Amino acid sequence: MSDLHTVNKSPFEKNSLESCLRLSKAGSAILLYEDGVYGALKGTAVENMIASVVADKKVYVLGPDYKARGLDESRIIDGVEVVDYAGFVDLVEANDKVQAWV
Amino acid sequence: MPIEVDGKTLETDEEGYLVNLNDWVPGVAEVMAKEDDLELTDDHWDIINFLREYYEEYQIAPAVRVLTKAVGKRLGKEKGNSKYLYGLFPYGPGKQACRYAGLPKPTGCV
Amino acid sequence: MSDTKNFMFLNRRAPYGTIYAWESLEVVLIAAAFEQNVSLMFVDDGVYELTKGQDTTGIGMKNFSPTYRTLGDYEVRHMYVDKASLEARGLTADDLVQVEWEDWETEESVDNIVEVVDSDRVAELLEESDVVFSF
Repeated sequence: MSDLHTVNKSPFEKNSLESCLRLSKAGSAILLYEDGVYGALKGTAVENMIASVVADKKVYVLGPDYKARGLDESRIIDGVEVVDYAGFVDLVEANDKVQAWV
Repeated sequence: MPIEVDGKTLETDEEGYLVNLNDWVPGVAEVMAKEDDLELTDDHWDIINFLREYYEEYQIAPAVRVLTKAVGKRLGKEKGNSKYLYGLFPYGPGKQACRYAGLPKPTGCV
Repeated sequence: MSDTKNFMFLNRRAPYGTIYAWESLEVVLIAAAFEQNVSLMFVDDGVYELTKGQDTTGIGMKNFSPTYRTLGDYEVRHMYVDKASLEARGLTADDLVQVEWEDWETEESVDNIVEVVDSDRVAELLEESDVVFSF
């Protein structure tokens, strides 16, 4: 089993995403929501943070938050999966605990 | 205080604005106008309809100045002034017309 | 017109995650009533405020992005976007809303007052302002 890590801050404003990726183990699930969703976008200065971990950590982005911000799903980094609220709940259930990087 | 429109009870805030924007039907304006002893004419409806379209597009109630300018542009220069609009809505075109149109009070309106 | 000041609203936060973007917009709408020269500057995550196609139905919050498009009616004459902030976020001017401006008396008009500017210009514009409101 593994942990679900959540990140809800913009990677440009806080280092929550960076610390989460640095301090979570391989096999972890990582969910980006609220302003955290900006980290899932292709072509940004921080794209490599997510792109370099998708091989050994499963990264998810919360669809409603992504959509609210006017971002198109075609711009999400390859390997990142979009989930809805029910998917969020499933992730919580499927993991040992939730660790929030606020 | 709630108002009765078309047999339905609609909730309003302490200043008489609809609490739920989606509750609006033309009858809302009619009922509110009646309470103010005002008879709605086509000229009133031009303003009410404009306000609803503006809100639909921009998601805010326009400031009186913006409303005045827009009315002048849309409905003719002779109508784009506060004298004309206050003539229609004596309690203030921002406050009263927005209330009839089911919109919130314009930002910055006291 | 010596009473007219140049007001600059400096926006550096993404919409929805915090209340800053919406509060700034509300103050801009009120400030326009005082007939000052109002300009907006979007820097850092503030550039996200202007993205097209925002749809908040899924998060139960008011979508205030359409409101930016009426700012020309509120006599906001300039909306500047920091190019470096935009590029760092993988965005271009095409991803942003367009805001029309028209002088109702002279009918002079500008199709889009949203302008992407470089860092030197941002610094210059901030320095030229009489008052900078930070959000």
